[in-house]
Amino acid sequence: MENNTCLLINNISVVYHDVIQVLKGVSLEVKKGEIFSLLGSNGAGKTTTLRAVSGLLKPENGKVTEGSILFEEKSLHNQPPEYITRLGIIQVLEGRVPFKYLTVEENLRVGTATRWGKPYREDLDLVYHYFPRLKQLRNGLAGYLSGGELQMLVIGRALMAHPRLLLLDEPSLGLAPFLVKEIFDIVKRINEEQGTTIILVEQNANMALNIATYGYVMENGKIVMEGKAKDLKENPDVKEFYLGTTAKGVVKSYNEVKAYRRRKRWL
Amino acid sequence: MGFFLQLLVQGLSIGCLYGIAALGFVMIFKSSSVLNFAHGELLAIGAYIFFVITIWLNLPIYMAFIITFVGSFALGFLIERLFLRPMIGEALIEVVMLTVGLSAMFRGLLLVIFSGNTYVFSNFLPAWLNIRIGSLSISSVYTVTLIITIIFLAILGFFFKYSSQGIYMRSVADNQTAALSLGVNVRRVFALSWAIASIVCAISGIILGVINGVNVHAISRIGLKVFPVVILGGLESIGGAIIGGLFIGFLETFVSGYLSTSLRDVVAYVVLVIILMIKPYGLFGLVEIERV
Repeated sequence: MENNTCLLINNISVVYHDVIQVLKGVSLEVKKGEIFSLLGSNGAGKTTTLRAVSGLLKPENGKVTEGSILFEEKSLHNQPPEYITRLGIIQVLEGRVPFKYLTVEENLRVGTATRWGKPYREDLDLVYHYFPRLKQLRNGLAGYLSGGELQMLVIGRALMAHPRLLLLDEPSLGLAPFLVKEIFDIVKRINEEQGTTIILVEQNANMALNIATYGYVMENGKIVMEGKAKDLKENPDVKEFYLGTTAKGVVKSYNEVKAYRRRKRWL
Repeated sequence: MGFFLQLLVQGLSIGCLYGIAALGFVMIFKSSSVLNFAHGELLAIGAYIFFVITIWLNLPIYMAFIITFVGSFALGFLIERLFLRPMIGEALIEVVMLTVGLSAMFRGLLLVIFSGNTYVFSNFLPAWLNIRIGSLSISSVYTVTLIITIIFLAILGFFFKYSSQGIYMRSVADNQTAALSLGVNVRRVFALSWAIASIVCAISGIILGVINGVNVHAISRIGLKVFPVVILGGLESIGGAIIGGLFIGFLETFVSGYLSTSLRDVVAYVVLVIILMIKPYGLFGLVEIERV
């Protein structure tokens, strides 16, 4: 293992309710200080991979049955989330889950749970620096925020925990394109300015590959393709199935949609 | 008029008592979704600890308060650790049966140690708390109940609103998975809510002991009265617990004052049934924030 490896997942399998196998031997390596993107359609196992890392499989009655997960040479294998978050791995859940009945600032303060009792003022200022909108809203109940504001809130909340590895699960889901752009720009800035390693799970492959340095493509619980982001963007299959254009860069016609079944032969 | 005022003050004070008893119940339910049927016994245990320290050991009152609080805190913590934690993730009915079992066990233990006799505290409250305004006389117990309720509400209010641990506790009540994802120690939050609830119970137990004497059956029956109170106020609402408590308190005092004392213990449950029929989530039950 090289020295700048942040996270090393080696051949893990994940089973829910002891019978439903979702991941079938996933391996990936994430380097320090970079943005890695995990792409794939619904049900490919992207979220499950993140949960396996963050320890949030257990509440869903899932567990890692094989393989190993190493974060900076420490094993995360079936560890509880209290332990994993204290190593600096914070997952931002899919679907923007706020604490509805807490104010924005209280939501952010929950992010200090991994270092209870330590000062947090500067961290609040940092979050407000990245998301000035949150400062205006700080005394309002989080339940009344709009989608974009909520996404800022949950990322900001994770930032409060001083993450070394941030797992972002579909931050673009259901947001207007300009908001997606704004949020991705901020994610990029956080990565550059704070040196946070980020794993970005996305269906919006185009945006994700724009800010990521490296990408993995998942399909049916396996990694089917990987490569540098700019290479992936040029890959004809990725172009066709995830970027919505043909190899020539023309917007795809739905007449050719049958090509999907025919050509998906990665496994 | 004098009689009315007298009942009003008494109702207010009894209401506060029910309110803080219900507060403990709501705290446990809000954070860990456990319906605690052993609530009355927690009240009784608090009262007995206080009784043992003041009467049997003859220690000063402030010592008795400190030891009772520390003891109740530890007891709440232990109950969660030993009995409730292994049940995390089990069905609601199993957890409820466990608390029913705990209730029987604690009551049995108390009966073995103290038998069913009623013990009386020597009146340790200072005489200046007996307030007399014209024809209205307020006994010191009632004044103390009011003061203690206000103090406790203020402390708990500050704790939940401003302290980090209080905010973590509210986050768990709000959304457990999200709290887990941020590294909130959910098990500690459960244990802490039991511990704090247990202290609050001890307070109401001691006050009940001063008013009626300490008796296992009497106190745990009052503990059962938290059910009409929390169902009136809404299971999830701290403020609702207090208002529900006040409502039941007033209702009981006025019914026993103007109608008949024998109706006193019935009327709360009549209200319970009516509330369940017309507003099953209680007056202040959780109304989901929905984004449209």
